[in-house]
Amino acid sequence: MEWIFEPWPWYVAGPLIALIMFLLIFVGKQFGMSSNLRTFCTMCGADKTADFFNFDWKAQRWNLVVVLGAGLGGFIGAHYLSNDVAVAINPDTISTLKVLGFNSAGSAYLPDELFSLEALTSVKSLSLLLIGGLLIGFGARYAGGCTSGHAISGLSNLQLPSLIAVVGFFIGGLFMIHVLFPLIF
Amino acid sequence: MKRTLSYLFIGMFFGIVMYKSEAASWFRIYEMFQFQSFHMYGIIGSALVIGIIGVQLIKKNNIKSFYGEPIRFIPKERGFTRYIAGGIIFGLGWALAGSCPGPIYTLIGAGYVSIIIVLIGAILGTFLYGLLQKKLPH
Repeated sequence: MEWIFEPWPWYVAGPLIALIMFLLIFVGKQFGMSSNLRTFCTMCGADKTADFFNFDWKAQRWNLVVVLGAGLGGFIGAHYLSNDVAVAINPDTISTLKVLGFNSAGSAYLPDELFSLEALTSVKSLSLLLIGGLLIGFGARYAGGCTSGHAISGLSNLQLPSLIAVVGFFIGGLFMIHVLFPLIF
Repeated sequence: MKRTLSYLFIGMFFGIVMYKSEAASWFRIYEMFQFQSFHMYGIIGSALVIGIIGVQLIKKNNIKSFYGEPIRFIPKERGFTRYIAGGIIFGLGWALAGSCPGPIYTLIGAGYVSIIIVLIGAILGTFLYGLLQKKLPH
């Protein structure tokens, strides 16, 4: 059972993600996480400002329970199923990141330079987290889905729009890391 | 109640898999976009192969849900602009914040307080889309 405390390899995680999608399908729902962000907006009263938020959010309560579970799962995974937070990424990736100033590469789960509590006092890292979030939320709704809705659910159902969206995810991600990161960090 | 509990357990299962597979780690996303590891591609790829086979089997055999209801797959609306433009914007954020909308909750649960800033940003971004929706090309 010791393996459970180690990082799980891709050939365990990938099939389990497919299983999660099928469990949701078999309870009559779909695997799509970003739609909860729209639900939050409506719950906060956004339906009074734009038609987009004018929908029956109560019909989406099940998905709020799913993300509540996703949070509990993170707590369990981090506190009861792990011995170490270090993510053993490729040594070449670690050296590239160290050049950019990410000294926590190879020894942390998230980079301290962006996510530690001290980083929260820096205007730069605070703005980067906020901008990152803005792009995620705006892009996911514009594209009508995120990694779960398009890359897993949509592609599993052989949807061309999902393929276009996933190509977009990669264009955006590659541009950020190869072109913008050297300018930002 | 039973159904609500089933959603909670599926979500917990998802959160544990996201955390333990390190798909919720900023470093894994960066490494993926550097093409320096097979890990993330293996996760998405193997989930997809099983996903495609399973969806085809459900469709071909008209398999019913656990509650005996027919399973419907809603096709995505046709289009190009919204998918490519929205996709690129999402990708920029995914690489910068190193997290997609599912793992955000997992990381909050794991105790990374600052990811709440990303969540606030994502809610604001969704709100901004709602405001501009009618002015954007789709």
